[in-house]
Amino acid sequence: MDLFEYQGKQYFASFGIPVSAGDVAHTVDESVAIAERIGYPVVVKAQVQVGGRGKAGGIKLANDKNEVRTHAGNIIGMDIKGHVVKRVWIERASDIAEEYYASFTLDRAAKQHLLMLSAQGGVDIEEVAAKDPKAIVKLHVNPVAGLSESAAKKAAVDAKIPTKAQDGVASILVKLYDCFVKGDCDLAEINPLILKPTGEVHALDAKVSLDGNAAFRHPEWEPFAATQELDEREQLARDKGLQYIGLDGSVGIIANGAGLAMSTLDVVNQVGGKAANFLDIGGGANAELMTSALEVINFDTKVRSIFINIFGGITRGEEVAKGIVEAMRRVELRAPIVIRLDGTNADEGRRILAAAGISAEKLISKPTMLEAARTAVAIANGKSGN
Amino acid sequence: MAIFVNENTKVIVQGLTGGQGKFHGLRNRAYGTKVVGGVTPGKGGQDVEGIPVFNSVAEAVAATGADASFVAVPPKAAPAAILEAAAAGVKFIVCITEGVPAQDEARVFATLKRDYPHTRLLGPNCPGIISPGKCNIGITAGEIAQPPTKGGKNVGIVSRSGTLTYQALFELKQQGIGVTTCVGIGGDPVPGTSFVDCLAEFQNDPETSAILMIGEIGGSAEEEAAEFIKANVTKPMSAYIAGVTAPAGKKMGHAGAIVSGGKGTAQGKMDALRAAGVKVGANPTEAGELMAQIIKSLK
Repeated sequence: MDLFEYQGKQYFASFGIPVSAGDVAHTVDESVAIAERIGYPVVVKAQVQVGGRGKAGGIKLANDKNEVRTHAGNIIGMDIKGHVVKRVWIERASDIAEEYYASFTLDRAAKQHLLMLSAQGGVDIEEVAAKDPKAIVKLHVNPVAGLSESAAKKAAVDAKIPTKAQDGVASILVKLYDCFVKGDCDLAEINPLILKPTGEVHALDAKVSLDGNAAFRHPEWEPFAATQELDEREQLARDKGLQYIGLDGSVGIIANGAGLAMSTLDVVNQVGGKAANFLDIGGGANAELMTSALEVINFDTKVRSIFINIFGGITRGEEVAKGIVEAMRRVELRAPIVIRLDGTNADEGRRILAAAGISAEKLISKPTMLEAARTAVAIANGKSGN
Repeated sequence: MAIFVNENTKVIVQGLTGGQGKFHGLRNRAYGTKVVGGVTPGKGGQDVEGIPVFNSVAEAVAATGADASFVAVPPKAAPAAILEAAAAGVKFIVCITEGVPAQDEARVFATLKRDYPHTRLLGPNCPGIISPGKCNIGITAGEIAQPPTKGGKNVGIVSRSGTLTYQALFELKQQGIGVTTCVGIGGDPVPGTSFVDCLAEFQNDPETSAILMIGEIGGSAEEEAAEFIKANVTKPMSAYIAGVTAPAGKKMGHAGAIVSGGKGTAQGKMDALRAAGVKVGANPTEAGELMAQIIKSLK
């Protein structure tokens, strides 16, 4: 789950990381009220989860009430790369002496935490990495040992952070690491991490991605989940507890298991089609789940055929078949189903499907993944399924 | 021969009295696996269809001589369950639990490495391991696995994806090819056992003639495997990588499967494997057919 900047800053603040005084506003009036409270000058920042906000005019400096009114008015409702701005973050403007970069992630290859620190902040770190890889200090942190203040200080020295800022940076690194670990982040990034002319070090931006698997121990994440921007299909799927990702093709996909679902997308693509979605119904393909899955697929008006790809392992073929028959009774589908059913008791499953009396225009059974994909794609592309 | 588990492996099930543990534990026993005990704190002295239940792993190991554990407990309890098994001296731990936080996985992995370097963890979030005809720990349906033929050419399977592991077993069965061991390493960010660990074992297993590998997008495990193959694996291999069409920045079902910052693409992984001499199929069926060709050429 990716956080908005304002949520990331609030999250940072809860771990003692210094951020600018500010608050989030949904309207122009709220923006003005916040600015009046925190004092001028302020920065009005569009809250969207996409890069390039500044270039798009989504970040503006305001010196008084009227400027806040103008900028907030322009920014709220603005479309930045397809993301409509619903909120702005109003914060006290900071004087900047220098800009650095700091982040913690999990290095999956090393199976350890990874600190990246650079004295060159405020720009895209991928660009720094490409142009001047030595400008980024990479430090592996053992997840059991953790990050000590002295190791953080050494990293700051190695990254050629100026002496006057080293202690401030080290202190923030320790807090950021704490946030990364105890806060269950996949990513905790500050860019830029600034040094003020007065000598304080401070997080001017916040990029936080949370590990959804840890939600059970973070009740404070609930407001974050509520602001996730999903398309209508994804929202419907989430409400039904399905693993769904909307795509823009015309072949609806239902498969059991993430790997098989990905593989199904690939095979559809190989035979000249485009998938409308990724949908993993997991291990238990019963009537309830299948009904929910078909409802979500049916909601997508671009879908011209539905490819159900099930490999029965623990889930037996006859249960899957019964689930599909029952689901088709409950949902009036806009597109025909092409099914490939394999694995445990697949023969019996196919017999149940054949005996259900569903017309061959609505349900087509194919013996292999490849044949089923060809048929589903042919239908989606307006050709005959046979 | 088989890798990691065989007909002598004695298994306890942590969470045997729970829904998942009971269902899969009994299935594993029905397959012929030596399921010698279960562990559920507070339920010691009971039994599940004749399998004795103990209060702790240490008690279970002392009473049964178990050398492997099947962890089938919820995500909150899984890290402690794994470490309890390691502390009790269990050498091979299979954890099927889906939804363990990445920070817990990283901490458990680092703890095992520091305190129990001779313990191997498979998973979390993996389908388990099956040495067909000998031992099945986890959720794989045993009937889709073809046992190895004595004196014949048999294949080892290692896979990062659950259902594609079954698909791989199925494809080889369709081709009439026996399997020595099929290891599902799971797709989470910090798997206890990696492709490289399994490839090294298969390379050293005299009964395994060739290796089938199933990977997917995200991370760099397949690229690391490719480097290892180039340097160390002399047995012929075929492979399939899922997720060629997966869009960047979207998690495909579980935490491991994501293409981010241009890294972890299926194309990059396929190129790396091909460069290491692996025959890469465009879909699981093709990978199975390529393996059939390999086996034919060995005879």
